Parts: sequence; structure tokens; C-alpha cells
Amino acid sequence: MQGNQAMTEGAIYAGARFYAGYPITPSSEVAEICSRVMPKIGGIYLQMEDEIASIAAVVGASLAGAKAFTATSGPGFSLMQENLGLAVMGEVPCVVINVQRSGPSTGLATKPAQSDIMQLRWGRHGDQMVIALCPATVRECFELAVRAFNLAEKFRIPVILAPDEIVGHMRENFAVPEPGELEVIDRRGPSGPVDRYRPFAADGDGIAPLAAYGGDYVFHVTSSMHGPDGYSNNDPANAAWRVEQLHRKIERHLDEIVMTRRYDTDDMDVLLVTVGATTRSGRAAALEARRRGIKAGVLQLLTVWPFPDREVAALAERVRSVIVPEMNYSGQIAGEVQRVLGGGTDIRKVNSYNGQIITPQDILKAIVADSPCGPI
Amino acid sequence: MSHATGEKYLKNGVLPHMWCSGCGVGVMLGALVRAFEELDYRNSDIVVVTGIGCTGKADDYLTTNALHATHGRALPHATGIKAFNPRLQVVVLMGDGDSVTIGGNHFIHAARRNIDVTAIVVNNFNYGMTGGQVSGTTPGDSLTSTTAWGNPERDIDICALAEVAGANYVARETTFHGWELKEHIKEAMIKRGFSLVEVFSPCPTHFGRNNAMAEPREMLDWLKEKGLPRERYEQLNAEEKRGHFVIGKLVDRDAPDFNTRYEEIRARATKG
Ligand SMILES: Cc1ncc(C[n+]2csc(CCOP(=O)(O)OP(=O)(O)O)c2C)c(N)n1
Ligand code: SF4
Repeated sequence: MQGNQAMTEGAIYAGARFYAGYPITPSSEVAEICSRVMPKIGGIYLQMEDEIASIAAVVGASLAGAKAFTATSGPGFSLMQENLGLAVMGEVPCVVINVQRSGPSTGLATKPAQSDIMQLRWGRHGDQMVIALCPATVRECFELAVRAFNLAEKFRIPVILAPDEIVGHMRENFAVPEPGELEVIDRRGPSGPVDRYRPFAADGDGIAPLAAYGGDYVFHVTSSMHGPDGYSNNDPANAAWRVEQLHRKIERHLDEIVMTRRYDTDDMDVLLVTVGATTRSGRAAALEARRRGIKAGVLQLLTVWPFPDREVAALAERVRSVIVPEMNYSGQIAGEVQRVLGGGTDIRKVNSYNGQIITPQDILKAIVADSPCGPI
Repeated sequence: MSHATGEKYLKNGVLPHMWCSGCGVGVMLGALVRAFEELDYRNSDIVVVTGIGCTGKADDYLTTNALHATHGRALPHATGIKAFNPRLQVVVLMGDGDSVTIGGNHFIHAARRNIDVTAIVVNNFNYGMTGGQVSGTTPGDSLTSTTAWGNPERDIDICALAEVAGANYVARETTFHGWELKEHIKEAMIKRGFSLVEVFSPCPTHFGRNNAMAEPREMLDWLKEKGLPRERYEQLNAEEKRGHFVIGKLVDRDAPDFNTRYEEIRARATKG
């Protein structure tokens, strides 16, 4: 199965019944599959006039009760940012697949990159936070799609599933989970008296139940600053509470949201921090390094945002050096790792930004160069 | 006969509203809630989707379901709502900037798709909320805060655009014609498929002041004089037609709406 297909099937497994999108390589397979499957399973497929409309339709459908998603890549993801901000502000669950391709602008339209890492986090204006996940295998495409919906529904937040093109187009065999095998979380609706429902009155967990348009609970959602009742509210104290709440509902649940995988990290001198396809090269490089007597391990970030600060810090403590291979020029992940570890730690970057994958050899070179024995 | 007030759709406590005296947006809102009442809609059946602008603020005063979206993007939000739950009555309130300037592409495609929502466009010929800048519906040569020497561009006819794009129902009224406006809104809401009610409306604070109609009355008089039913408009010669515009129902047809068509596709997909 292909990565894009696995994400689509994962979405449907999680209960997605609404897809709106606009075709763009390397994500179009998601749209094509949805166009065929959605009408058969009582879902809706809409090809909108652009990506602005696509995410808008997703937000609308979600408020009408759908588990809703869209898929795109670079240029389309840029167009989605304003309405993704509305989804953050209105706490509207939704999933956006952004199959990362090379930029800037039209760039190398069909080639992979991992250069949207910062855009995933900061693409929208204003104080806001979203969750972003990066799979490295086709199985992870499926599993993280399910997770993406679970997190979106539970925390009322947009979740961005962001494989690089390599993972999106990769084909691998895996046993598709049976129904019931993976946890599927549904939205928590309101239960109290109808006239008391306040769609933004966060409970102890920092999240308010969300009704659906057309049910008994009538409610307001707005892109403007609003009070617990969902109506506009310009009071400074309220605004501060809202901004804090939008962050805290995530910050309080990092244990549930932040996912990483460790490979050979029990005894290591060199730590590789990787996402997406680079994880595969990193693992191959680490194995080869061990064969040559250098103890290397890999920390794969499945969740890139919120950034796995604690996990990176805990592992980095034990090693001589940290290497961050990533498919961008600017070292977007390396910068975060540096932030976590502070100026004292030397971080080695291995970057590619020509649309080509980082090979195990590229990474091995960095590992070896860093070894006290020098180049072997 | 008791007179519909639409009160049960209005939020207590937030009136008086934000609009300037003489503004037409409130007239539209009054017609809308009366239309809701006369059609006996329940608040829970209605979703009002608004754009950003003076018109877009209307949801603040409503007790129906609402989504106050982003500038120009109200229609695609409404499309998602209606496509997923066809039982909802979806009404979209937009300014002329929202609907056909920044949001022009969505407007065309919502009409083409024939999604069963009712778009109500308050056309006040400029961007009211941001200080009276030129819009896609500002007539040529008019003065606005960004066309100090006159507008070099032409204005677009929203109703004609909706018609060629495929809307099932199109009507134009002015805020002077409140009762007719309410009646057309009702027809539009009952009609299946994309419907548009355009409301020519005064913005005395900006468009009026910039174009020698600063008194709220003056713009209303202008709308009253220049808006003619089609039969009367057609009797004018070409010279006289300039400056006048047609009001009333302009398009009424029954092409299948998106959800009806999608049901057919679903049937085909499950068979095939
Ligand atoms: C993307 C974006 N661009 C610009 C604005 C600023 N803005 C807010 S309302 C508005 C124009 C409103 O005009 P119109 O839609 O005609 O509504 P009116 O206020 O006249 O009712 C603009 C430009 C915005 N909110 N968002
Ligand atoms: S600025 Fe114009 S459109 Fe806005 S409230 Fe005032 S009169 Fe109405």
C-alpha cells in the first residue's frame, strides 16, 4: 500500500466522512481515493475551487458534526493558513494532510522536502498552536492518521499530518488494522440543559464539549475573540484567558500528544534526531555505525509539534554528540533541538535541499567525522 | 393578523447594535428574522454564516446557530455545513467586499455547484467596516477613501454574475423596500439550490458622505427613486436606464441542487 493511501484509509478507519480538497501533487491520491470511497460509505467528497475553500468547507462540515479532512502540499498549505487560524480560534476539530514538497513557491513540484516544519507550527498569524505529526513508514501513515483524528476530536484543534513526499509515495506491505484494533476517539458532545450550553466554557481539562449544528444545542462559533458563550467579546481579561486556554489545553496533555520512537538508544554515544523519511536513512546509518564500533541511536519524532522537548533533552544528555539530518537548508528541526539543549551542545546538521533524499552514507559520514577515532 | 417581529431570533442585551444611524444592515437583519418567523423555522434548524465587515457582524445579534468566518470565505464554510447536513437552513450574510470582491471566486463556484444556501449580500458600494474603501461594486468615478479622484474601475453586477454562474434564484431589493425584501428572502430560503438576494443599502457614513449623500435620507431617497421593477425599467430608453436598476425577482429556476445530485452519485457508487 502507498503512504497516501494508508493515510486516507486511516482517516476513514477513524470515522472521517467528509473530504474537501483541491488537487496538488504529491497529495492527489488522497483526493482520488476519497472521491471513489466517500459516496459509498455515506460520506461526502467535494472538490472545491481552491485550498482556501477546501479548508473552509472542512471547518463547516466539522461544525455540522463530521470528522472532516483535506489533503494538500506546499502552495495549497500556504493558502489554507487563514482558515486554519479560524479552526484554532473556533476550536474546530479537523485534519489537514500536508505532503511536504520542495519549495519555495512551485519549487521542485514533485520532489520531497521537510522544509515546512516551521510553517506547520507558525504558518498562521497570531498566538496559536496546532498539533503536527510526521510518519516515516506506510504503517505509520495509517496509524498516525487515526491518531490525528483522535487528537483533533479530543482537543478540538486542527491536526496536521505531514509526511514528506517520499513517505507519501512510498509503497510497503503492512497488515491493515481490523476494526476495533486501534483506538478511535469520538467528539465529546454537551450533555447539560440546552439553554446552558456554552461552547467555549473549558472544563478542568481545558476543553469544552462541542455540539453539532442541527442538534438540540444551538451555538455560535466566531473567528473573532469571544467569551465562553461563543459571542464576540473584546474584554482584555477574556482575551487573555482565551489565548492561554488555546495553549494550555495542549501544554497540559503533552504526555498524550507527544509521540516519539527510539531505536538503539539504550547505550549510545551519538544521537540522531529524525522525522519522516530521514528516519529510515538515519536508522540504516546508525546500524552501520554500530557495525563499525560507534554507538549510534535514533530518536524519531512522530509528533513534531508540540516539539518533544523532554524526550530530546533526556536522550541528548547521555550522548557525546547530536546529529540532525533533515531535508531543508535552514535546519528547522536542528534549531529546535538547539533551543532545547542550549548553546553548550554542539549539534551537527546534515541537510539536503535539492529534492534528493538524505542517504545513509550522508549521515554515516557525519557520524564518523564526529567519532573520536576520526574518519575510519 | 399578528405581525412577525422576529424577536425570538434576536439576542437580548446586545441591542442597540453597532451600525451607524441610517445604515442599511439592520434593515436586512430585521427582514431576515421576520422571514424566519413567518416560515416558522426553529433556531436549531438555522445556521447563519457571516463574513467579515459591518454586514458580517450581524450574527452577534442572532440566537440561531452561527459561524462568523473569515473575510470572503463565508460561502465555502456554508458549503461544508450544507453538504454534510442537508436538513439545515443555511443563510450566508456578506457585504459586497466579502461576496464578490475578495470572495468572488467562491461566489461563482457556490452558484455553479448550486449548493442549497441562501446568500444575502448587503451591497453598500464600498467597504464599510474598514473606512469606505473602493469595492468591486463601487460604480465608476465614485469617490471612496481610496479613490479620491474617482474610481477608474467598473462595478460588477452581482445578480447578473449569480445568474450566469447558475444560481436557482436571484432577487434584488433595497433597504427602502423592507417588506419586499423579507418576501424575497423567504422565497430564497424555500428555494432549493443556490439563491441570492442582493440588498442595495446605504452606508451614509462612508459611501454617502463621499458622494454627496451624507444624510441617511438622501441615500434612501436615491435607492427609492432609482430602483424600478423590471416592467418599468424596460420602458425606459437607453439614456434613462443609466443610473436606474431593476429590483424584484430576477431569476427563478429549478436545476437540481448539489445535495440532490450527490445522492444520485451515491446511488451509482453503491450500485457500481
Ligand atoms: C483577509 C482580510 N483582508 C482584509 C480584511 C479587512 N477587512 C475587514 S472588513 C473589510 C471590507 C468589508 O467590506 P464589505 O465586505 O463590503 O462589508 P461592509 O463592511 O461594507 O458591510 C476588509 C477589507 C480582513 N478582515 N481580512
Ligand atoms: S460604516 Fe457604513 S456599513 Fe458600516 S455601519 Fe456605518 S453606515 Fe453601516
